[in-house]
Amino acid sequence: MGDYYEKKDLEDFENIGEYAPDLGKKYFDYYGEAMKEAGLSEREKALIALVVAVTQKCPYCIDAYTNQCLSLGISPDEMTEAVHVGAAMVAGIVLAHSTQMRKIIKKKGM
Amino acid sequence: MDGPKISPSFEEMVCAPLRASAIETLQVNMGYRCNLECRHCHIQAGPQRTETMAEGVMEECVRALSAHAIPVVDITGGSPELHPSFPQFVEACASQDRRVLVRSNGVLLAGEAYGHLLDVYARNRVEVILSLPHVDPRITDRQRGPGVFHKVIEAIRMLNLRGYGSDNTGLSLNLVHNPAGAFLPGSQKALESLYRLALRERYGVSFNRLFCITNMPIGRYLEYLHRTDNYEDYMRTLVKAFNPESLKGLMCKSMVSVAWDGRLYDCDFNQILGLAIDHGLPGHISAFDGQRLAARDIAIGDHCYGCTAGSGSSCQGQLA
Repeated sequence: MGDYYEKKDLEDFENIGEYAPDLGKKYFDYYGEAMKEAGLSEREKALIALVVAVTQKCPYCIDAYTNQCLSLGISPDEMTEAVHVGAAMVAGIVLAHSTQMRKIIKKKGM
Repeated sequence: MDGPKISPSFEEMVCAPLRASAIETLQVNMGYRCNLECRHCHIQAGPQRTETMAEGVMEECVRALSAHAIPVVDITGGSPELHPSFPQFVEACASQDRRVLVRSNGVLLAGEAYGHLLDVYARNRVEVILSLPHVDPRITDRQRGPGVFHKVIEAIRMLNLRGYGSDNTGLSLNLVHNPAGAFLPGSQKALESLYRLALRERYGVSFNRLFCITNMPIGRYLEYLHRTDNYEDYMRTLVKAFNPESLKGLMCKSMVSVAWDGRLYDCDFNQILGLAIDHGLPGHISAFDGQRLAARDIAIGDHCYGCTAGSGSSCQGQLA
């Protein structure tokens, strides 16, 4: 894994439109619009982004949004509280999918 | 600046020399002595520091004010309250009919020995600027020392009782946020909302504005960056966040910083780095040449990235 997920790679993110500039621009316009303060505050959006980053296990996004949360004065307690929401959701999603398992167990069992 | 070379250098990034356009603020550093030893302090101020402005230098500052139409006097330190002639200096500046700002950690104001300063401030309509890095007491105390947060809250409460921090009294109480770590400050608007809500709901105190200031890679903060292996990452973040829009409002373009010994600098940071006003200009308050200083070229270095990152940073908060 040594060559993957290097911190400096995050700086290359702004170049993702290199081979598809129109799509890259559309993406960044959309990203900027979705992330800016509107009905939800910058803090709320940063916390949502952090939780998505952790649950999706993206090291670049975890780096970016941990820093963003710190910059916005979000305390480690609040970040951890938000991550637990993500953890509870992921646990719930896993358990909810065991419904399929239970259905099959019941179907196959005697 | 210690550490690996920054690329591009600030000089390369801005291409043309930075030039002052006016002198709107005379910032006076009364000395490096302080009641606190904050972990981020670029001045490395503390109780053991002995640098203190002499009476003669203070008189020269007042003389420069009376001879030049500089609208703002910004008094700082260390902790300026510790200077024995601080109240008299405040009165002398205010008597020149200038807007007088005092920057402080606020802790001393909460104690009996310095409580009389609250009246000095109110009587002279001094704009008070207190440092409060975070609304979480643990985070503030980690940066500034145990018990500091609650003393600052007490100082704010006492200032509120004198009319500071309300919209309709004309007595300004502004707070300063600076990050407690190796990251940049977020949006001033968002942080001001957080502070306003938290301080009102948890402590019943109010303030006028929040200024977000980026930590400069100088002094104790630089030591912290090196010690924690954050220096390169922090500098890369500053360089990546360079915002040309911030150049227009840089504080060095409209102020002169006077050190405790009367030497002149483009800003408080250059003062600590020993980057004196140069280009042949008289560099001491006793030879203050307002006309030439107002159009001087500014001494720059890679630390200047601290004032141009993101929304920019100045003593009055974000710029762009």
